[in-house]
Amino acid sequence: MTKSILLCGVGGQGTVKASRIIALSGMEAGLYARTAETIGMAQRGGSVVSHVRISDSPIASPMIPKHTADVLIAFEPGEAVRCIDYLKDDGVVIVNNKAVKPVTASLSGSDYDGSDAIKYLQDNFSHVSLIDGDLICEKCGSDKVLNIALLAGAAASGELGITVEGLKCAIRKQLPEKTHEMNFKAVDYVNGLLKQEA
Amino acid sequence: MGLGAIHAGVNLVAGYPGTPSTEILETVAKNNDGSIHVEWSVNEKAAMEVAAGAAYSGARALVTMKQVGLNVATDPLMSLAYVGVKGGLVIVSADDPGPISSQTEQDTRTFAMFSKIPVFDPSDPQEAYDMIKDAFELSEKIGSPVLFRPTTRVCHGCASIDVADSYKKNVPEGFVKDTMRWVIFPRTSFLNHEKIEKRNPALGEELSDYKFNSVVKRNGKKGIASGGVSWAYLNEAVSQLGDDKFNDTSLFRVATPFPFPEKAALKFLDGLDEVLCLEELDPVIERALIFTAGKYHLKTKIYGKLDGTTAAAGENSPESVIRYVSSFLGIENLKAGELPEKPKTPVRPPVLCAGCPHRASFYAVKQAMKGRKAVFCGDIGCYTLGNAMPLDMVDTCLCMGADVTIAQGIRAIDKDTTAFSFIGDSTFFASGITGVINAVYNHNDIVLIVLDNSTTAMTGHQPHPGTGITMMDFFEKRKQGIREDIANAVSIENILRGIGLSFVETVDPFDQKKAIDTVKKAACEPGVKAVIFKAPCIALEKPKRAYSVDTDKCIGCRKCITEIGCPAISMNEGKAEIEKSLCYGCSLCETICPVGAIGVKGGADD
Ligand code: SF4
Ligand code: SF4
Repeated sequence: MTKSILLCGVGGQGTVKASRIIALSGMEAGLYARTAETIGMAQRGGSVVSHVRISDSPIASPMIPKHTADVLIAFEPGEAVRCIDYLKDDGVVIVNNKAVKPVTASLSGSDYDGSDAIKYLQDNFSHVSLIDGDLICEKCGSDKVLNIALLAGAAASGELGITVEGLKCAIRKQLPEKTHEMNFKAVDYVNGLLKQEA
Repeated sequence: MGLGAIHAGVNLVAGYPGTPSTEILETVAKNNDGSIHVEWSVNEKAAMEVAAGAAYSGARALVTMKQVGLNVATDPLMSLAYVGVKGGLVIVSADDPGPISSQTEQDTRTFAMFSKIPVFDPSDPQEAYDMIKDAFELSEKIGSPVLFRPTTRVCHGCASIDVADSYKKNVPEGFVKDTMRWVIFPRTSFLNHEKIEKRNPALGEELSDYKFNSVVKRNGKKGIASGGVSWAYLNEAVSQLGDDKFNDTSLFRVATPFPFPEKAALKFLDGLDEVLCLEELDPVIERALIFTAGKYHLKTKIYGKLDGTTAAAGENSPESVIRYVSSFLGIENLKAGELPEKPKTPVRPPVLCAGCPHRASFYAVKQAMKGRKAVFCGDIGCYTLGNAMPLDMVDTCLCMGADVTIAQGIRAIDKDTTAFSFIGDSTFFASGITGVINAVYNHNDIVLIVLDNSTTAMTGHQPHPGTGITMMDFFEKRKQGIREDIANAVSIENILRGIGLSFVETVDPFDQKKAIDTVKKAACEPGVKAVIFKAPCIALEKPKRAYSVDTDKCIGCRKCITEIGCPAISMNEGKAEIEKSLCYGCSLCETICPVGAIGVKGGADD
């Protein structure tokens, strides 16, 4: 069994942290884990992508071949579309519905707001979960819970290779204590929402 | 790699931050029991020399840098190849195919050939861990520095690896005087050169049996040769396409591209008609195979970068490797599900962070020089991003420290321009100071702008001489929230005054009025002038407060966007809007809005 998870977003949104959480949880569970991340120049407000692979046998490539990812966790709708080629045919998409408008778009007066991207995902893929990141951050009282909220969505899909409980365990182990409560809140909240939808 | 070095008993680690090599030294610092001397040196040349001194004294020493850093360290490296070492000296020079975060796509393997030093090329983190130890052993055995070349995809990522439970500490003997050995003379260099030329081919023979240089011989007439992360992609291709497709294909993995394991290569080439080479950056394996085939009059055709079979530049990926392999072996490519046409996604070039003090500094200079002829020479660091619209404040960027000196050359020719050079604090220490001395000595006219944010921000906030914090207790101090040790800090202002500058002013860039006035004043003075813009990198600070736009007051003039381009600000239904999760509360937009529509809602602590 190999699970390939692609995370994408805009520099500064917490994609690297999220990918490390998945990988470390995998390792805790005694599995092999590999990640590949964008760091450096591109980090500053640019598009960022992290590849995470977890498996019970050694993993050759840290990069996920296109059309094979089990899950796409997108911190931004436009970025989801940019990376959708990585997803396998019946893969799961977890996407934050809030668009991040780049300075270039503001300068050129473009009206990019992510709605086209979301429509495209919903029209062409069968397993798309929209996460209202802003709302969850507001409910949990911090902008820092976005990555955990998205991970919670992915865990709930059953395709992450980590259960919701496993995710909580990872939060306890890997994140500073003072953030535990708000992150748990985010996990529970997302779970509640997804159950309602189902 | 850091752990590998510790477990190889390393005594000293020196380096200069550079993506993607930075985390290696940090790993050693984090796991240091205090017995290893760990330092961020001021630049790569210094790091190489510090490590050489340690290795002369019998210590195991590790140097870390990125590939362009190796250029800076070339001077000591070339001589060190001749002089040699006593304790093991391993130089990690991380390559960046793409390039993702560098100025060039140069290949450390080619550098190894040029400097006649052996090089190891790991393909994953586990190998990197294991090979570091082999590299130290080889270095000690042959008495030469050894290069180690991971690439971005080997460096940036995490992986589960098996590590040794216990390890032996190396106890260095100390420096033993021996002029014939440690002082480089033309006569000894001639002898050493002869020795090296004899040693390397023999070493290639020996390395042919090295466990990571593997040959898998199969019955067919085709073979694939690879190394580095491309080897990992090839293995991925085998599992994706099915290993039965490779039953007849011989495989050659090259882990020590120099000296080339010729004996192993011959075994691989034996009986093959066609060989495909998969590697990133330079066609090192490909050239070596062509050379070997020629030397032994083999008829094997070698395909790769040189004949255009594979891409000449850029990164490989699992897909590209699957594609190359499929067409080489005549396997039907995996069918890629055709996706309907995508909606347009916005381009996202990297930009300065919201609240970044560099934005305020650039804007102040821009305002001060409005309507006057000026040229803005930039440098390597976050502030290279000052070139983006709407700031558009970087006219040149070449290499570390070049801003100071290029500005002098431009001004010498273009006499009616005001030449500005923008340099970050870490870059100033690394290679800016000599340029300033050059300007003072030769009476060159420049305005030096030091962007002092008290950290090496681009590579992930390493300390530098201006912070006074060393890598021996950096992580300890960081836990306690200490980021500066004023008593030990090297003062940029004092250095500049010491060099002989009389105009040196330190200003907070967010005090825009004062910042603009100071720059105007500097531009009018003759000679070398310096303005130090001092404000901490926001990534180290908690957001002060969030600003917001009073939509009743906002007239939608878009000045806050077109003037400064803060990523937190966008337009929504004709009015400006500030994304509060991004805003750092720097106040720059407030000073720009002509109608006072931007401010802090409900006071500073709201
Ligand atoms: S105060 Fe204005 S310029 Fe500064 S970070 Fe916030 S929105 Fe950007
Ligand atoms: S500068 Fe002021 S008035 Fe102009 S768009 Fe921005 S907030 Fe509105």
